[in-house]
Amino acid sequence: MKAIGIILAGGNNKMMKELSNKRAIAAMPVAGSYRSIDFSLSNMSNSRIQKVAVITQYNARSLNEHLSSSKWWDFGRKQGGLFVFTPTITADSSYWYRGTADSLYQNLHFLKSSHEPYVVIASGDGVYKLDYNKVLEYHIEKKADITVVVKKMEDKSEINRFGVVSMTEEGRITEIDEKPLETNLSTVSTGIYIIRRRLLIELIEKAAEEDRHDFVRDILMRYKNIKKIYAYKLESYWSNISTVESYYKTNMDFLNREVRDYFFNQYPEIYTKVDDSPPAKYNCGSDVKNSLVSSGCIVNGTVENSILFKKIYVGNNCVIKNSIILNDAYIGDNSYIENCIVESGSTIKANTRYVGEGSPMIVTENNPLYY
Amino acid sequence: MIKKEMIAMLLAGGQGSRLGVLTSKVAKPAVAFGGKYRIIDFPLSNCINSGIDTVGVLTQYQPLRLNTHIGIGIPWDLDRNVGGVTVLPPYEKSTNSEWYTGTANAIYQNLEYMEQYNPDYVLILSGDHIYKMDYKIMLDYHKANNADITIAAMPVPIEEASRFGIVITDGDNRITEFEEKPANPRSNLASMGIYIFSWKVLRDALIKLKDQQECDFGKHVIPYCFEQNKRLFAYEYNGYWKDVGTLSSYWEANMELIDIIPVFNLYEEFWKIYTKTDAIPPQYVSADAYIEKSIIGDGSEIYGKVYNSVIGSGVVIEEGTVVRDSIIMQDTKVGKNTIINKAIIAEEVTIGDNVELGVGDEADNVFKPAIYNSGLVTIGECSVVPDGVKIGKNTAISGETTADDYENGMLVSGGVIIKAGDNV
Repeated sequence: MKAIGIILAGGNNKMMKELSNKRAIAAMPVAGSYRSIDFSLSNMSNSRIQKVAVITQYNARSLNEHLSSSKWWDFGRKQGGLFVFTPTITADSSYWYRGTADSLYQNLHFLKSSHEPYVVIASGDGVYKLDYNKVLEYHIEKKADITVVVKKMEDKSEINRFGVVSMTEEGRITEIDEKPLETNLSTVSTGIYIIRRRLLIELIEKAAEEDRHDFVRDILMRYKNIKKIYAYKLESYWSNISTVESYYKTNMDFLNREVRDYFFNQYPEIYTKVDDSPPAKYNCGSDVKNSLVSSGCIVNGTVENSILFKKIYVGNNCVIKNSIILNDAYIGDNSYIENCIVESGSTIKANTRYVGEGSPMIVTENNPLYY
Repeated sequence: MIKKEMIAMLLAGGQGSRLGVLTSKVAKPAVAFGGKYRIIDFPLSNCINSGIDTVGVLTQYQPLRLNTHIGIGIPWDLDRNVGGVTVLPPYEKSTNSEWYTGTANAIYQNLEYMEQYNPDYVLILSGDHIYKMDYKIMLDYHKANNADITIAAMPVPIEEASRFGIVITDGDNRITEFEEKPANPRSNLASMGIYIFSWKVLRDALIKLKDQQECDFGKHVIPYCFEQNKRLFAYEYNGYWKDVGTLSSYWEANMELIDIIPVFNLYEEFWKIYTKTDAIPPQYVSADAYIEKSIIGDGSEIYGKVYNSVIGSGVVIEEGTVVRDSIIMQDTKVGKNTIINKAIIAEEVTIGDNVELGVGDEADNVFKPAIYNSGLVTIGECSVVPDGVKIGKNTAISGETTADDYENGMLVSGGVIIKAGDNV
């Protein structure tokens, strides 16, 4: 593909509550076996983008560990490769990334030294499949300066955490409003953009000169009348996981056969780091209903409408309902867990009871294990 | 000059004809095992876990699956700048080209491969055993005894000893006698087919025996070295080791994995077994499903009921279906309201709706009674079983069968249906 890729994975927000204490949102485990960033990375790889930069800032340890080898997504070639850019102190700058545009400005060398004519910018917190070549075709056909991938939201309750757009009939964006308190619009930006590389460099340099640092506010919103900004409507599944509620809901969506078929069975695949766990084991007393179970799990109890990530141990007589149990958790015998998200590596004592009221309760417990 | 202290030569060329239709299209080492693995993963993982990073894999019979699986050795960290894994098929020479005619002959034909690593020791392995073993400890033992050959051996029940090559040792574990499948065994120490040779001893023996027909380690090389008064030692191994060369031992070894705390435990962090991962997604268990005492591979979708079984990755078991005491390998699809009892079903098989497997009383197999016994139904890879048929015990099926192949909708116990002209 005639484009390089950039994944903005630096962000954090308060709406992930304790879940983001441990990791950047892009490193959140999703759908049993994956991390959130796998979706954008796999889409880039499957769109034949060969050179991809991941821009990280907030708590990148977990993310860096996940990206320690680029072979899982088929990068790491002689042409191109996977680059991870964390802020560093240089002769010119001793700032953290002050915004999305600033994070690009601080890595301008990557943009300048590439030769591909286009840049695909995506975020690390979207769960979707997309062939960016289709967006590029649309971008060229419309003779657009910037193309924004947008999604019409059925559920309006979440709209105020996105950028909303309105557009003309042929798709030109006329209005962009970032995280409005009130709006009657229902089409949101997915944070996926295509732009000519040279134009991006020009806009980023200009914004930096004016001490402006945010891509949406200082570039998209300011230039919407001067530059031709078009919207590409995404019709297929797309979900953003960056609140506890949407994270929970997105995971639970995978209990639908259609969603699973779309992501797990239909070509092309989503890739992730492979960790060589043995297959899941169901002992006597296990009773699993309508749930996802990942490799390395050992189940001795009841699991209903839940998602067990990798290497979970569920003790005897446990009941787990409507919950998400993240990697490497140990659930002691006779525990009852309902409507919870159990943090990775948690070790829950025998006879524990956790029930989330309303929105899912986040459980972190680290007890020493006595076998 | 390149120098590797010990390299491994892994014999993976045999057909494994005692696995019947399971090996009609794949070599035995490439047969799936334990819901995720292939048999060859065990010796390969043992090698890398023991610090051996140079492994020659000798292939001959149906190597496609094996070649694809091994690739350049990435899953086992055997993609190396120097050494790593090398697949060694038989090749044409200017004169006397031949297939690998025996285990030792195969190694002899690859003397040049071994020579380029300038080894002190060569480890000979076979690709059909399930075990975890630290070859480094065996090498230390070899060195401590100043041995020429060390043979790994394990105690077996004396009544089974006549199935194995038996070693008889003195008080220092030096081998004083060697008997191949003796009628009246005088010891219960069975050779595991794992040898460490000091390189010069191996090289000289192979060259000396180069004209031996079907030159074999057990039959020719070991007896020859013995006659030459070489120092042969037995390394006694007491861990889990299973030869999965027959359908019943293959079935048993899989079933042992589902015990509450299996003797052979795949869930320990120490001494991991690596494999090429074909499926990434988690498995789904539906609201009507029930699973007990089973292991299930990644990406499978279970809508039916599964008891005491080992299910591979990417398998679909539809609603109303009951699977018991069976092994189902990856990417096989089982229809609705089907009953499967004590069956081994290979990869990419399609089983229709309302099928019954393993019905009726046992009867001797009409085709190969020595292979298809123990009451198992065995179905070869890529086979198709149509809707509504019944299949008895000690049976074998291979190929795309249709309702016409089943007399009165039934394959009676002991029957065989083999299509597509494959001679198995």
